[in-house]
Amino acid sequence: MTMTQKAIGQNEYVQRTLKDKQEFSWKKFFLQWEWLLILVFFLVLVINTNLSPFFLNGAGLRDATMIFLDKAFVVFPMVMIMILRDIDISVGSTVALSSVIMATLYNDFSLPMGAALGACLLVGALCGLVNGLLIVKFKELSAVIVTLGTMILYRGIAYIILEDQASGNFPAWFSFFGWGNVGGMPFILIVFSVLAVVFTLLLHKTTFGRQIFAMGNNTTASRFSGVQIDKVKIIVFTLAGVMAAITAIFLTSRMGSTRPNVATMYELDVIAMVALGGISTAGGKGRMIGAIIAVFILGYLQYGLGLINIPSQTMLVITGLLLLAAVGIPKLNVSQKFKRFRRKQLE
Amino acid sequence: MAESVIDNSAELPVEKKTSKLAAVSKFRELGLLAFIVLLCVVVQTKNASFLTIGNLTDMITNTAILSILALGMMLVLITRGIDLSIGSTLALSGMIVAQTVSVYSGLNPILAILMGTAIGVACGVVIGFLVAKIGILPIIATLAMMNIFRGLNYTVSDGQWISSYQMPTSFVSIATSKIIGINTLVFIAIIIYIAAFYFINHTRTGRQIYAVGSNPESAKVSGINQTKILLIVYSIMGGLSGLSGVLWVSKFASAQGDTASGYELTVIAACILGGVSIAGGSGKISGVILGAFLLGILNNALPLMNVSPFWQMAIQGSIILIAVIINTLVKRGVDRNNLLRRKI
Repeated sequence: MTMTQKAIGQNEYVQRTLKDKQEFSWKKFFLQWEWLLILVFFLVLVINTNLSPFFLNGAGLRDATMIFLDKAFVVFPMVMIMILRDIDISVGSTVALSSVIMATLYNDFSLPMGAALGACLLVGALCGLVNGLLIVKFKELSAVIVTLGTMILYRGIAYIILEDQASGNFPAWFSFFGWGNVGGMPFILIVFSVLAVVFTLLLHKTTFGRQIFAMGNNTTASRFSGVQIDKVKIIVFTLAGVMAAITAIFLTSRMGSTRPNVATMYELDVIAMVALGGISTAGGKGRMIGAIIAVFILGYLQYGLGLINIPSQTMLVITGLLLLAAVGIPKLNVSQKFKRFRRKQLE
Repeated sequence: MAESVIDNSAELPVEKKTSKLAAVSKFRELGLLAFIVLLCVVVQTKNASFLTIGNLTDMITNTAILSILALGMMLVLITRGIDLSIGSTLALSGMIVAQTVSVYSGLNPILAILMGTAIGVACGVVIGFLVAKIGILPIIATLAMMNIFRGLNYTVSDGQWISSYQMPTSFVSIATSKIIGINTLVFIAIIIYIAAFYFINHTRTGRQIYAVGSNPESAKVSGINQTKILLIVYSIMGGLSGLSGVLWVSKFASAQGDTASGYELTVIAACILGGVSIAGGSGKISGVILGAFLLGILNNALPLMNVSPFWQMAIQGSIILIAVIINTLVKRGVDRNNLLRRKI
């Protein structure tokens, strides 16, 4: 499509061309954030292998994958939420609430485990739906404050239900979710891969995904173009709730029991993974594949640091610094600043 | 013809559909006060030990720290920011000061307070730099710093507690001593509130904070240095959390790794209850005091009314959500009334 426009105060016509699709260029292809992530990923592997002789061990790596992948399910919808320029800090509490309700329904109300699993997913979806509805109905409120409120509320409900008790005694087959293998591959990795493909296609190859990007760039314009912005937002936040419930199932299965304080500060890890994956906090930009690579970077980094006896508190510092670096470095605009500096020197 | 049309329109009864919710905005502080009184009456009928001098002093002392923090949070919220790191800043400053006094027991309590405040300011400057200079979203910057400070706190303390027997009496007595008949904590809170009242309402920088929050673009056009204002606001917030850290450790006579973890949420709740808008630009000191008091009374009253402590968190979450929703509805009513007035 070509648009011609007369520039004000000038005699010549300025021609502006809006291209539907940009031409392929090798330079652009290799300048993508994802290549840097892949580089960092291998760097993490190499450094970890040098630091600890136990790192490159098939069984160890497989177990580590099982351990860090559970929180990664929330990364998919969080990518969408961050592209929408929102944030959801209630996901950790949603994990806790759905896990606690699942355990209570099975143990105290003697529901069959299958029904309890269904209830877990339902609770997660409901938590997400409440977030979405509140954000859509009260547009003046930012997602930050709504999810801050529900973050306290959901965990509070979990505390009301289970107080300071732990709830376990699940049937033996339930541990398959957390520790099971299918053909040598961890079950959780298979589920993660399937969901990764589904969410990547959903975000990049469907109308729904394009609508998310459009809203992240300009919500008002997308509303005028006929995007049902309320519907899209509610669906995305509900997806976050469902994924939190799936996390709850895998986490509970891996630990064998649950408490109201499980999954505390999961939101930090999830947001760090998404930010590291190159999803801009200003909205409208980012790719699912980046976040998926970032999941493995952060996961293996934490596993490797754990192997050389770095305490989990120091891990908090490292995760925090990583999040700041991922968000801050693109904002620094080093290359532009350097150019300006060079120009000043030349003058 | 034309005249008759105009006459007809003039004869039409002017529909005055003013929102009743808007009236709340005029009496917000009064309404909050009325609610506090009502709450006190209800609690008193359930448990007679509520309105005793001993319990009241205890409650006011407990609320002092919350109200100091809420003041700083109000400034941050006014600039459209949020600070989730204050609980960790408080713990870090409290821990470092507690370790210092456990080694140098002769340290003057005033010096200890100044030291804590300085640590807090340093933490606040870091956050201010990230938010104002680099331009990271406040929620993400403070979420990261919250974990960094918390991790530093564990590293500094090496997982050890500093208990009351390791602290000199001069330090513990900060929280128990009295200045002109008022508990020192309350005295410090009052001084800070008077200073803040002057700063916010009667200095140029104070007014600029509101300007930056209510409309960043026009503030920039009017020549207000936003970076400076944000740096100042986050440094004040940090300084107040550092100060609160010393007071907290002195009051509870112990410094732990997880001191005040999650306390930032209570502080934000107090601000929202006090009518500070999360969208920035509005908030009053009187409202914040009442909001802090309401939460202080609730925290004190719930155990007295035999409410399980496990309910506290859910109640707090509901309060935040209900308060922000009511704030939004009130604001919508005010906006609608303003539109009506303009038409006439």
